[in-house]
Amino acid sequence: MSTQLLLVQALNGLQFGVLLFLVAAGLTLVFGVMDFINLAHGVQYMLGAYLGASFAAWTGSFWPGLLLALPAALACGLLLEWLVFRHLYDRDHLSQVLATFGVILFLNQAVKLVWGTAPLQVPVPSLLEGGIALMPGLQYPVYRLAILAAGIATALLLWLLVERTRAGALVRAGASNRPMLAALGVDTGRLFMLVFGCGAMLAGFAGIMAAPILSVEPGMGDSVLILAFVVIVIGGIGSVRGAFVAALLVGLIETLGRSLMPDLMRLFLAPSPARQAGAALASMLVYVAMALILAARPRGLFPARAG
Amino acid sequence: MGRLRGALLPLAVFALLAAAPFLGLGAGYMLNLLARGMILGIAALSLWLLVGGGGLVSLGHAAMLGVGAYAVVVLDAAGVTEALVVLPAAVLVAALFALLTGAVAIGTSGVHFIMITLAFGQMAFFTAGALSAYGGDDGYTLYGRTTVLGARWPEDRLAFHYLCLGLLAATLGLVQVLLASRFGRVLRAAKENPQRAQALGFNPYPYRLAAYAIAGGIAGLAGLLLANATEFVAPSYLAWQRSGDLLFMVILGGLGAPHGAVLGALAIVLLEEWLAEWTEHWRLIFGPLLVLAVLFLRGGLAGLPAQLRALRRG
Repeated sequence: MSTQLLLVQALNGLQFGVLLFLVAAGLTLVFGVMDFINLAHGVQYMLGAYLGASFAAWTGSFWPGLLLALPAALACGLLLEWLVFRHLYDRDHLSQVLATFGVILFLNQAVKLVWGTAPLQVPVPSLLEGGIALMPGLQYPVYRLAILAAGIATALLLWLLVERTRAGALVRAGASNRPMLAALGVDTGRLFMLVFGCGAMLAGFAGIMAAPILSVEPGMGDSVLILAFVVIVIGGIGSVRGAFVAALLVGLIETLGRSLMPDLMRLFLAPSPARQAGAALASMLVYVAMALILAARPRGLFPARAG
Repeated sequence: MGRLRGALLPLAVFALLAAAPFLGLGAGYMLNLLARGMILGIAALSLWLLVGGGGLVSLGHAAMLGVGAYAVVVLDAAGVTEALVVLPAAVLVAALFALLTGAVAIGTSGVHFIMITLAFGQMAFFTAGALSAYGGDDGYTLYGRTTVLGARWPEDRLAFHYLCLGLLAATLGLVQVLLASRFGRVLRAAKENPQRAQALGFNPYPYRLAAYAIAGGIAGLAGLLLANATEFVAPSYLAWQRSGDLLFMVILGGLGAPHGAVLGALAIVLLEEWLAEWTEHWRLIFGPLLVLAVLFLRGGLAGLPAQLRALRRG
């Protein structure tokens, strides 16, 4: 494998990691602050992608589609919070898991009903079309770089919000000791709505940005959801910084593993079994990494909860 | 009296299952469906032992079932279908897999236990997909179903129905005996209050690990039955979604009593089928039903009679 290909794969990995971070950020805050396991978070990502695709098709351009889809994703998140999730905050984790699974089933099917089962294609916005020469002979799509930049910018913005504002301080306090926060007279109901809305919008944003490079289809949130859970557990539940580091790590492991593992196996095996064993090992790599990290640091890389 | 009343619901369900072939439900398709419900009921019962008995929420339980099913596949490819060999192999291999993965997983708790069991489940899933000798991702169609002492009676639908029913009842009995035993009491004590159990001199680890291995073995039995029911085994048996399904059966059934797992499994399998027959968009109804069940059935399906009685008393 050449260094150029390695660089391209590393960039792809980082770009996937950034998308994962946008989904995981909301998940880790909702889990950390509200102690609420929301399996339906992956559906928010899917809804974002569908809303972005529809609005882009309706207005004829990606950008107004993005601008319309963001508040729509926020509205969907708040509606779900009001209809279902709000009634589950004081229930045990298992009840939350079952109820939010019910929401997944409903929304996956509703998406099929509204948009059909065929994957939707979203064209890359014309402003960000084409490639850019990173090195002599190495072209990389501008749009993927734009995703990377947008993701890092959002991460910075979120970091500022959480670390430097009053609302952010409340969120951090909630992640570290929730009963104390409520005892101090903070309206946790409103805080929960704020956190939930932001989380839903971030996941939706990831979905919209992923739409032009991935196919938009029902159930696309399910695989992202499980990786997002891996990310928040590695990073430490409730920690935005941990989610960022872990998301990039998982993105890199997942992408580099897929391209490197089959080559690596070819050193030991014949080409055909090497391809198969390599693919299987590459898929396992993320889980092996999670098991190793948890064995060394049981509460994740950046634990947020006190005590 | 209270005990008797508590046993009424499971007894009624088992009586209905036993009578099903004579209630006009003898059509092959209906019996297949019930067999599937009972087999998943056995798997859900083994998961209930972990979740309801030990507070160990596993999201990798389908892997145990899958390991049992793949034991059948490996022996089938070698030309062995005799139950005297296949049954111990499926149960022991699944229990061994549970013992090895459990030794690592039991050390963690809460959401980390969920994620570690998920990780092992995913590793087993991808390994199954890489077994090119046994069909890889496409799965493996069995040459022959399991025979008992060379006889092929389990191939008969009616016989298989009662075989599954008998094993389901035996599993429920086993789980109840285990729970009532000293072993089960320590397990439950460690779930309710780990500090106190430890202060009394009980280290929960070996008890939890033993429960995990036993549950793995029972799930291996379910895997053997499922492989026989469908005559086909694929890596999708081990997918995390299947583990999720088992967990949802347990939660919907309720954690108050083991027979909840049986109710949950039958309810989900039958409801899915009936709704799917009615409309292709059955998930639009099934999803909200799960939400409503969580919001209004506080004790799950197993707690329904008690909830109704409380409602009538006002």
